[in-house]
Amino acid sequence: MPAETMRPEAELQVVRKPLPHDSAPRHVTGTAAYIDDIREPSGTLHLAPGYAPIASGRIISVDLSAVRAAPGVVTVLTGEDIPGANDISPKQIGDDPALATDEVRFHGQVVFAVVAKTRDAERRAAKKAKFVTEAATPIIDVAEATDKVLADYAFVQGDPDAAVAAAPVSFEDEFRIGGQEHFYLEGQISLAIPGEAGEILVHASTQHPSEVQHVVAHALHIPSSAVTVEIRRMGGGFGGKESQATQWAVLAALAAVKTGQPCKFRLDRDDDMIMTGKRHDFRVRYRVGHDENGLLQGVDVALDARCGHSEDLSMGVVDRTMFHSDNSYFYPNCRVLTRRFRTNTCSNTAYRGFGGPQGMVFAERMMDQVAYRLGKDPLEVRKANFYGGRGRDRTPYGQQVTDNLLHELVVELEKDCGYWERRAEIAAWNASSRILKRGLALTPIKFGISFTLMPLNQAGALVHLYRDGSVHLNHGGTEMGQGLFLKVAQVVAEEFGVDMGKVAITATRTDKVPNTSPTAASSGTDLNAMAALVACNEIKDRLYAFIEQKWRVRRDKVNFRDNRVFFDNQSMSLAELANAAYNERISLSSAAHYRTPIISWNRDKAEGRPFYYFAYGASCSEVTIDTMTGEMRVDRVDVLHDVGKSLNPAIDIGQIEGGFVQGMGWLTTEELVWDKQGRLRTHAPSTYKIPTASDVPEHFVVKLFQSDGAREKTIYRSKAVGEPPLMLPISVWCAIANAVASVRPGAVPQLDAPATPEAILKAVRRALSGDA
Amino acid sequence: MRDTIRFVRRGRIVEIGDFDPMALLIDHLRLTEGAKGTKEGCGEGDCGACTVAIGRRRGDEIVYEPVNSCIQLLGMVDGTEIVTVEDLAADGRLHPIQQAMVDRHGSQCGFCTPGFVMSLFAMFHNTDGPTTRGEVNDWIAGNLCRCTGYRPIVDAAIEASAAPRDDAFHRGAADTAGVLQFLADDRDLFIGDDERFFAAPASIEALAALYQQHPTAVIVAGATDVGLWITKQLRDIPKIIHIGRVAGMNRIEDTGREILIGATASFAAAEPHMRSIDADLGELFRRIGSKQVRASGTVGGNVANGSPIGDSPPALIALGATMELRRGDRSRVIPLEDFFIDYGKQNRATGEFVTGLLVPRLREDQIFRCYKVTKRFDQDISAVMGAFRFTIDADGVIREARIAYGGMAGTPKRAKGAEAALLGTAIADSAAWSRAFAALRSDFSPLDDHRASAAYRADTAQALLGKALLEAAGTPTQRTRLVGQREEAVHAG
Repeated sequence: MPAETMRPEAELQVVRKPLPHDSAPRHVTGTAAYIDDIREPSGTLHLAPGYAPIASGRIISVDLSAVRAAPGVVTVLTGEDIPGANDISPKQIGDDPALATDEVRFHGQVVFAVVAKTRDAERRAAKKAKFVTEAATPIIDVAEATDKVLADYAFVQGDPDAAVAAAPVSFEDEFRIGGQEHFYLEGQISLAIPGEAGEILVHASTQHPSEVQHVVAHALHIPSSAVTVEIRRMGGGFGGKESQATQWAVLAALAAVKTGQPCKFRLDRDDDMIMTGKRHDFRVRYRVGHDENGLLQGVDVALDARCGHSEDLSMGVVDRTMFHSDNSYFYPNCRVLTRRFRTNTCSNTAYRGFGGPQGMVFAERMMDQVAYRLGKDPLEVRKANFYGGRGRDRTPYGQQVTDNLLHELVVELEKDCGYWERRAEIAAWNASSRILKRGLALTPIKFGISFTLMPLNQAGALVHLYRDGSVHLNHGGTEMGQGLFLKVAQVVAEEFGVDMGKVAITATRTDKVPNTSPTAASSGTDLNAMAALVACNEIKDRLYAFIEQKWRVRRDKVNFRDNRVFFDNQSMSLAELANAAYNERISLSSAAHYRTPIISWNRDKAEGRPFYYFAYGASCSEVTIDTMTGEMRVDRVDVLHDVGKSLNPAIDIGQIEGGFVQGMGWLTTEELVWDKQGRLRTHAPSTYKIPTASDVPEHFVVKLFQSDGAREKTIYRSKAVGEPPLMLPISVWCAIANAVASVRPGAVPQLDAPATPEAILKAVRRALSGDA
Repeated sequence: MRDTIRFVRRGRIVEIGDFDPMALLIDHLRLTEGAKGTKEGCGEGDCGACTVAIGRRRGDEIVYEPVNSCIQLLGMVDGTEIVTVEDLAADGRLHPIQQAMVDRHGSQCGFCTPGFVMSLFAMFHNTDGPTTRGEVNDWIAGNLCRCTGYRPIVDAAIEASAAPRDDAFHRGAADTAGVLQFLADDRDLFIGDDERFFAAPASIEALAALYQQHPTAVIVAGATDVGLWITKQLRDIPKIIHIGRVAGMNRIEDTGREILIGATASFAAAEPHMRSIDADLGELFRRIGSKQVRASGTVGGNVANGSPIGDSPPALIALGATMELRRGDRSRVIPLEDFFIDYGKQNRATGEFVTGLLVPRLREDQIFRCYKVTKRFDQDISAVMGAFRFTIDADGVIREARIAYGGMAGTPKRAKGAEAALLGTAIADSAAWSRAFAALRSDFSPLDDHRASAAYRADTAQALLGKALLEAAGTPTQRTRLVGQREEAVHAG
């Protein structure tokens, strides 16, 4: 009997229900505790970061005497205080110190940490350091960068140079894609509590407790077994707490060890935005060759990423840019080259989509350019280039697209949202409107699911069945609002046939499930729910064997449902069965493991099948722009998205809507600005503008694509939903370009991202002047 | 003289006499009370996670306003009731707002949720029946959510707004009003000593005397700016004079020809009066900050702090507003535009303070327009703000043009060259418009910053003048603007 047995569809009672988030009643009453809400142990001290006033150069000296003398200060940590590795890099390659010692590589790099009795005291004290530095000219933009954090890397299929040269039509193009601040509402925070015998408990707001554990142990020069990391819930993560929660945990732990007291490190919002990495921004340059209908023949693209001062996760992130530089389109011949530049800025990191969105923005920009240059509707060109048809299923990295839903999904949305009728209506409206112009675009997504770093595609779960029939659930995934804990609990409740209330959802802890992967790559449910399913099945297997031995009833005649166990003509409560099994000395606990089947990836050879499956979706957006000021309003959005067969449609729709608006912010109002000295000027919500409620159109309709579910054997045939929707609002950006194109017949819009009013006005001016 | 502050919390009177002048409401809640439901997201009043409701007595009723507790000084809550997210559920049942948020899946990570709940609690108490999507959007414009995309929150708010207004706070309003009436007095507040104090004088005479005695003290009205000096600039402000208790200083008087706005009148209080002058002015006030910021922030403070943008000063300058300042027992009145001398420098003597603004209504022959250009429509500060008042005679000739911009110089400033170019020209004279555009380029040398480039600012300033002229010449605003269309306002109004 395979361990990944699922109930037949017709018998499902808990899975597929639109249950509210398990913490919702606590969220709305303020009783859901985040790390800063944990009642502090007495004597808890507080940390603040100190940094040099330069973005690049050497520290000649730091005078910390005034810091030490400030009211409430207990101690000050510098790099010399770290007994182990002064390194917070995820791969522990030594390129990212927890506390910089002699070299400053970005403005905001932490040099010391003040430990004081109150938060107010540490923050004020941290400003009193006197730095003597030797400043160098900082390298801020990729255009001026030469040093790289990693070697260049490319996917090549066929002969792109020859294909572009031979194509009936070809052109070159260049544009920019901006980065993005995560703006999780709960900033970075850790609380470290020293225990006996050198042990330490760290409450860390992290998507990757195991990495925090590992790096803390490495920094403190103690074994991982002495460090326990716990996280019940984060106030948002979005990738920003995958690798970059570590530094604050390490410093809090270091302070706790040094002082012997509990220590909390909560970053102020501005410090958080200045110090932590963001979505990678890109300069994109490409050449493309196609036929008279816009069918691609050769694509040659170079994507230059600003990685910041260290490598961090730039290998995986920028690789994923490459994996999604095709989005939904077949490139018969292509070269996808990425260059990963080192700059004197914060180290760019994971952000929902993990580089994929930037690759897709390139693909959609190219589709638009081909269409406008040919005078065709962009949707026609998009559909013509979709994967599908004989010999048109091979991606730039060699994987075949075998679960393709693009055509049917896009055609359904196209009809449902009245694309062509609205296209005609908008054209007529624009013809009579001089200042305001409307635009419309429908764009698809195809997003590969699995970590491209193969070892991460595994998960563990720990399930206990107690003698009263209640169930304790724990797994390696972390909760950041996405509803992971709820979905996994739904699976467990389904397996035991109990009410949701019988399943206790518990905090993620490294001493319960070890060696976990980050909750990232949209994989949380796919991996952890499957591990939990295996754990349930292991316990149930023992119960089946017990029933067969005691009551002589075969397992296929036993049914767990309605909080009871039915077999023969009798039933008993799950508690009675658990108790009976306990009396026969049968284990009611299981620590189970799951690994994604089939997948493989050899990065050196650029071959394999990195993705277990693809998630699909499409959206149609309509906007109006003001051609005098560049202001823009989104008027209408329709989304059709594939989540396989949903475990919880309410949670999934929440992920799609939330991802859409977050991605819309990235491509419109969210602009990161560094000055020439390398200082981030948009380091607070007063200057960095994420969407508000009024930016969301009244007509914002999200539908789930109905299907028989994932082709592969995923958990109840559901599909991952965390990241893919972030890329749906590329249709907003393309609709803006479409509105820009309407200012002059034949105009080819040249729009950068984000499409701020200034960027839109610039594109309007270029389109009007015919400079395109 | 009183040396303690007193407020109502969960039905009980809290009295505090020992606190630092810079103490913040959020720290009192989270650190002193241990009420951790209220969250700190940004520490600058921009994300709304820390929103609480402040109740004030109006007759037998309590009016609840949303406030960002992260930048609200503790001393400012004297005489009010403070309601936080933990207080709403009663008798084991969620408040209608909370229940709708659960039912509609309005929370994901949940960190912003307490702030949304409190903003919507304020909405619940400030509206009578079902609210529209637009109204809801305005009530939560000061609350950022990064997870949900807002749709379920807005749906929850609309759903809950259909519920009858009889929560525990409505039922207890008369009792609370009685307690607040008992707490209300006309004594001056002074907590601390001459070196370090939080003071809240009750009369303008006491204020004038205290400020003359302590001219280095910082005057605080709503603290929506000064709060950030504390939380972000980490300044030490040993002497704080809060003017929110000064009797009569928050008055708003409409003479029919002009409107007097007392220095401590909030944006929220002033907004309907400004809307009665002109729809654009009303919309401008609605787009200043958020509900939370407008409930605390004052028009007087917005002017007095001398921001180069400020958003309200350019509009008030274009309208020909004047301001009154007072020092000791001497007052003077100056045109508002003369208050702004240079970046960070205002026409205000040591010990002198703003007591009010006088805003003329429009005459029949005057047309007013203003536009705020931002990266985000709600709760953002202008890249460029332009305000225009044209006086046009019966022949369609511009007899006076008052044009003022924010974001174009170190201060809010008039475009004198452009004004001159339009004087005496026909409103639809496009040649005159071109001369005005050219003059505008000489009127300003804007800067590059994180909000916009100098070139964009110059281009947009011209675009706004162009829009104002087009509209003055008769083009309907449905054809000229994306938001704040005046025809909408007429229909809605």
